[in-house]
Amino acid sequence: MVDRVDVTPEAADLVRRLTVAHGPVMFHQSGGCCDGSSPMCYPDGEFMLGDADVHLGDLDVGAGRPVQVWMSKAQFEYWKHTHLTIDVVRGRGAGFSLEAPEGVRFLIRSRLFTDEESAALNA
Amino acid sequence: MSVFATPGTGGSTIEVKSRYPHYIGGEWVDPIKGGYFENISPVTGKAFTEIARGTEEDVNAALDAAHAAAPAWGRTSPAERANILNKIADRMEANLEDLAVIETWDNGKAVRETLNADIPLAVDHFRYFAGAVRAQEGGISEIDESTYAYHFHEPLGVVGQIIPWNFPILMAVWKLAPALAAGNAVVLKPAEQTPWSILKLLELVGDLLPAGVVNVVNGFGVEAGKPLASSNRIAKIAFTGETTTGRLIMQYASQNIIPVTLELGGKSPNIFFEDVAAADDAFYDKALEGFTMFALNQGEVCTCPSRALVQQSIFSDFVGDAVKRVEAIKQGNPLDTDTMMGAQASNDQLEKILSYLDIGKQEGAKVLTGGDRAYLDGDLAEGYYVQPTVFEGDNSMRIFQEEIFGPVVSLTSFNDEADALKIANDTLYGLGAGVWTRDGSRAFRAGREIQAGRVWTNCYHAYPAHAAFGGYKQSGIGRENHKMMLDHYQQTKNLLVSYSPDKLGFF
Repeated sequence: MVDRVDVTPEAADLVRRLTVAHGPVMFHQSGGCCDGSSPMCYPDGEFMLGDADVHLGDLDVGAGRPVQVWMSKAQFEYWKHTHLTIDVVRGRGAGFSLEAPEGVRFLIRSRLFTDEESAALNA
Repeated sequence: MSVFATPGTGGSTIEVKSRYPHYIGGEWVDPIKGGYFENISPVTGKAFTEIARGTEEDVNAALDAAHAAAPAWGRTSPAERANILNKIADRMEANLEDLAVIETWDNGKAVRETLNADIPLAVDHFRYFAGAVRAQEGGISEIDESTYAYHFHEPLGVVGQIIPWNFPILMAVWKLAPALAAGNAVVLKPAEQTPWSILKLLELVGDLLPAGVVNVVNGFGVEAGKPLASSNRIAKIAFTGETTTGRLIMQYASQNIIPVTLELGGKSPNIFFEDVAAADDAFYDKALEGFTMFALNQGEVCTCPSRALVQQSIFSDFVGDAVKRVEAIKQGNPLDTDTMMGAQASNDQLEKILSYLDIGKQEGAKVLTGGDRAYLDGDLAEGYYVQPTVFEGDNSMRIFQEEIFGPVVSLTSFNDEADALKIANDTLYGLGAGVWTRDGSRAFRAGREIQAGRVWTNCYHAYPAHAAFGGYKQSGIGRENHKMMLDHYQQTKNLLVSYSPDKLGFF
């Protein structure tokens, strides 16, 4: 089983803290300008998902239940050859994402899937 | 060369207070919960003042003030409103140099851009909408000889506006000028990366407006932006930003059944046809500048020409000349008028750009120049600087498909016009595009075929008022920068009047 999305220990720790403060959370990967290309973290159920979205995977951060990660289907078509890792950096601001007041910002780091991983994902 | 003194230091004419509250009802008002956050200058990476950390309570106070002001403001004549907008423009123009330095200090961009683009365009924008609203007419439709439909423009009332950090003052003015001209009261939330320059603008021009007509609440998106966007006390929300937040704002708007205008970015193609290189003349030189425009505002522009498409037959020579032009970009202190490219607006923006430089290299894109963080000396050592970067690769790579929002252009070649258009339109977005050719017919054909709201033809990055600006596809909804934006801030009142004394005969 090949995962499409992962999380760094620092980001997992932040997700756990946000879960304590706000309840269960989810991610939706953004595109476009300004703070685009950043993963947005919302309380579960805040962001309306639908047929236009793809469920990339679940993160097990030890926050009680898996944290779902989503992306729009159209964007996924251009991203699907890359593995994504949610990291966190110093910064602020990105739409209505929950972590901004903490003085940090979730960030996506990417790597290409290996040939073996791509074969498994396409099988 | 001249270097402006750092705001708040002895040599500067610009005052920096230790903290800035909200601007609500014409007053400077402390946040109800008392919180403030540090505001960092990207020039040095260091905090220089504190800004009110707004919450729902502050947004509600601002909405109270706006609702108190809106009825009287909405009844003013277009001439009165236009006169006020013109006075705002005049005062901004008289203080242009200070506003430019303020904007550079808050955002990090080179002061030659704020002096020559951001602030002069903002001044002109107020004047444009002052003129547009005075020239606006309603309509009269003759239904039949005794029945007439009168159409009046009315303000919406109180509107919400969420401003991005890449052109803090100019983007605020793009939204404020049409909203105010149309007679609305506004609650505006600046970006948390650049909350200061808009407050300095209000310090300068706030007294020209009736109290409560413009209210500014700062703070973080989730704490202040969301209560504004989801409020059932706004009649419209305008947002510039990215797609996920754009969707969330539409979702909130759907709950209140209010209109939205959205500007959500792009991945703009800049197409250079072979005839550009037919002569080594002024036009060829202009085209090379057009290629290099990706570095304007450090690439932090929704319409950054971040995909360069160069025809195969001229690729090698043209790209050679273009890279030389890019390598001539002078980075340095943004407050130095000789500096051509300043600092990225925030640390997270810097980190994001570096993450794209990484994935670009991993995907096999060739770095023709740049490709790394730039480290400057002295006070600038901790500022957020990136080398202007040219990648050569393929349109399927992520660096060709995502808005990096940095000084990074992704370059590829095409064979013929059809190939160029196919590549140009292979993107989720459709905000801007550039077409460079000496053949007028080809320019027209290509311009009509590109799925984007703005196609610069033999030019790029010009933003004059009176040229509509907005996106196709996932780039958003609405057209700014043009009198048609008045419609987005107005209701239509139709009086359908019968002048006949005769009944219909139904009952």
